[in-house]
Amino acid sequence: MRAATMRRLGVDFTALPGGALPAWHAKVDAERWLEAARNAHAAGAPLVSLWGTDRRAIGGGTLVVSAAYALPEGLAWLELAVTDDSGYPSIADFHPCAARMQRATADLVGIAAAGAAEARPWLDHGAWTQRHPLRGDAASNPAPAAHDYPFVRVEGDGVHEIPVGPVHAGIIEPGHFRFSVVGEKVLRLEERLGYVHKGMEQRFARTSPLEAHRLAGRVCGDSTVAYAWAYCMALEQATGCTPPPRALHLRALLLERERIANHLGDLGALGNDGAFAFGLAQFSRLREDWLRVSQAAFGHRLTMDAVIPGGVAHDLDAAARDRILRQCDEVQAEVHTLRAIYDEHAGLQDRFAGTGCVAPELAARLGLSGLAARASGRPGDLRCDQPWAPYAALGVRQAAHAAGDVAARVAVRFDEIDESMRLVHALCGALPQGGIRHDVRMPEVPSLGAGRVEGWRGEVFVALELDAAGRIVRCHPHDPSWHAWHVLEHAVIGNIVPDFPLINKSFNLAYSGHDV
Amino acid sequence: MWKILRQVTRAGIASEPPPEPDDALRTPAHAVQAELLATLGRALAVRHVDAGSCNACELEVHALENPYYNLEGLGMRFVASPRHADLLLVTGPVARNMELALRRTWEAVPDPKLVVAIGDCGLGCGLLGENYATRGAVSSVIPVDVAVPGCPPPPLEILRGILTAVQTAAVTRP
Repeated sequence: MRAATMRRLGVDFTALPGGALPAWHAKVDAERWLEAARNAHAAGAPLVSLWGTDRRAIGGGTLVVSAAYALPEGLAWLELAVTDDSGYPSIADFHPCAARMQRATADLVGIAAAGAAEARPWLDHGAWTQRHPLRGDAASNPAPAAHDYPFVRVEGDGVHEIPVGPVHAGIIEPGHFRFSVVGEKVLRLEERLGYVHKGMEQRFARTSPLEAHRLAGRVCGDSTVAYAWAYCMALEQATGCTPPPRALHLRALLLERERIANHLGDLGALGNDGAFAFGLAQFSRLREDWLRVSQAAFGHRLTMDAVIPGGVAHDLDAAARDRILRQCDEVQAEVHTLRAIYDEHAGLQDRFAGTGCVAPELAARLGLSGLAARASGRPGDLRCDQPWAPYAALGVRQAAHAAGDVAARVAVRFDEIDESMRLVHALCGALPQGGIRHDVRMPEVPSLGAGRVEGWRGEVFVALELDAAGRIVRCHPHDPSWHAWHVLEHAVIGNIVPDFPLINKSFNLAYSGHDV
Repeated sequence: MWKILRQVTRAGIASEPPPEPDDALRTPAHAVQAELLATLGRALAVRHVDAGSCNACELEVHALENPYYNLEGLGMRFVASPRHADLLLVTGPVARNMELALRRTWEAVPDPKLVVAIGDCGLGCGLLGENYATRGAVSSVIPVDVAVPGCPPPPLEILRGILTAVQTAAVTRP
């Protein structure tokens, strides 16, 4: 029944066994690859990720490009063998966010998207010691040549460029922004990312699957729970392991606490960028209180390494649970007070309202997803959209705003803090009895796994491939920022340069998570 | 305004006492730098550079700016330009794509200058290590005075590292 409905992509899928969320897999030819991209676009099924794999070291293997789409029935994972230099058909015409993923795939695996409008390198800045580092024979590859990066020039009377970064003026991750402006008004923004590319995907393939959750937890430090869970979910699917119910509840508790911690930090920073330092002082105090309770309850302020293969590392005793619940109530009351202050502050609202607007139509056209999409009238939250434990039983209500401006992205964060507080109460109140970890046994056949978790920014995705010896052939972690960075370029058009930090913060996209 | 003032009063003063400097964190280069520091002014201007971190260290550097740690009260502040800085606070591992920017930022800091590397990756002992895309430890690219381990180091340890680097200067100030 489900397999039949999956045919809307024009492809015959087989269900991937196991897995916390339904996932479907298919090998396609170039024609079906393109048709699936077209059909997914027509069906409103967003691209989740696109990545390349070198399977030539495995008997009969080739270079492969994979794409994953999010359908209501589950994840559709397609793969296409790339056997010659002509590459594979570009899907960026249907899914604009694919353009940069295709450029990254060309840099990392050396397979190009045919027919793509854009062929500049993306992650490769000409500084690595190996070209195409995710190829099995990368060690013998020469270093890539240093190259200039031609930014798109805007010409006309009075147009000038402002280059910003990679080192920014604050405590921020590095990236380059090239503004073309007239006076104070931004005509065009072009981003250049990749500065914090650390070769993590190559490192995954040299790490034991039972250790790699720690690496996954450091793809993007602010989303360590989301990544560790997504990795473990993929590993558990590939190995046929189901964590005990108590472990899944504790993972969700950690994830909601991570969401609240980040929203508290962002709401303070957004007040500060709106010249309201009071907001930063108040929210950063609440965030510190929050992290100290995480340290006490889970042994780490950011709860790194708390999610492990097969379950979680720490159980929660009654005293810690009570402390968490008590703090929820205290912090929630303070957040309500601060929300009223933010809402009534004319100067702050003047900065927030109408700034950095992404209208719902634009959000849909560019494939925006996650937190920013929920502020632009584009619903989508894995916790509501897919039946996975323990969220299926919690009836998660997703935040929904449609103005698409900084004010809407602020409102989404306030709403989500309330909902996550409710979820923390629900999770603590119905914590199942029993163990917190099951053993993970490596299969003796090649296997695939997919992990999807709704992190605070949006959907974190991990694709994992193990060989018959239980080693990682490929682990591809994918950040939701890939679906929003290109939208930020549009959000700033027509705004003034001094509003860029505010707009940028209202998205608060990942650099490390993107550059990996 | 009334609500703001009430909230300020109700929240009170959250600042806690600073940690003691720790001699164990010193590297040999620091002893030389410490003497030079005596010539610096009173306030310490810190410039942060993310040279390849996963952002966890940045979150804790941000936390250092919250009211609990009273950074400006101690006479320290983060500045926007390396030209204004006495001390570079660097997280790593140093991505090769950031190597040039890190060198240039370091060169832009006027002498005498201090460098504090924070986080296991910045020390070269983190999970991320050295590979085709990273140089590993910050000290493999620029001279480092004090190195603070941790993944990520909590704000108090970052502050302890900074204080360790400036301790001599602080003692010799009138």
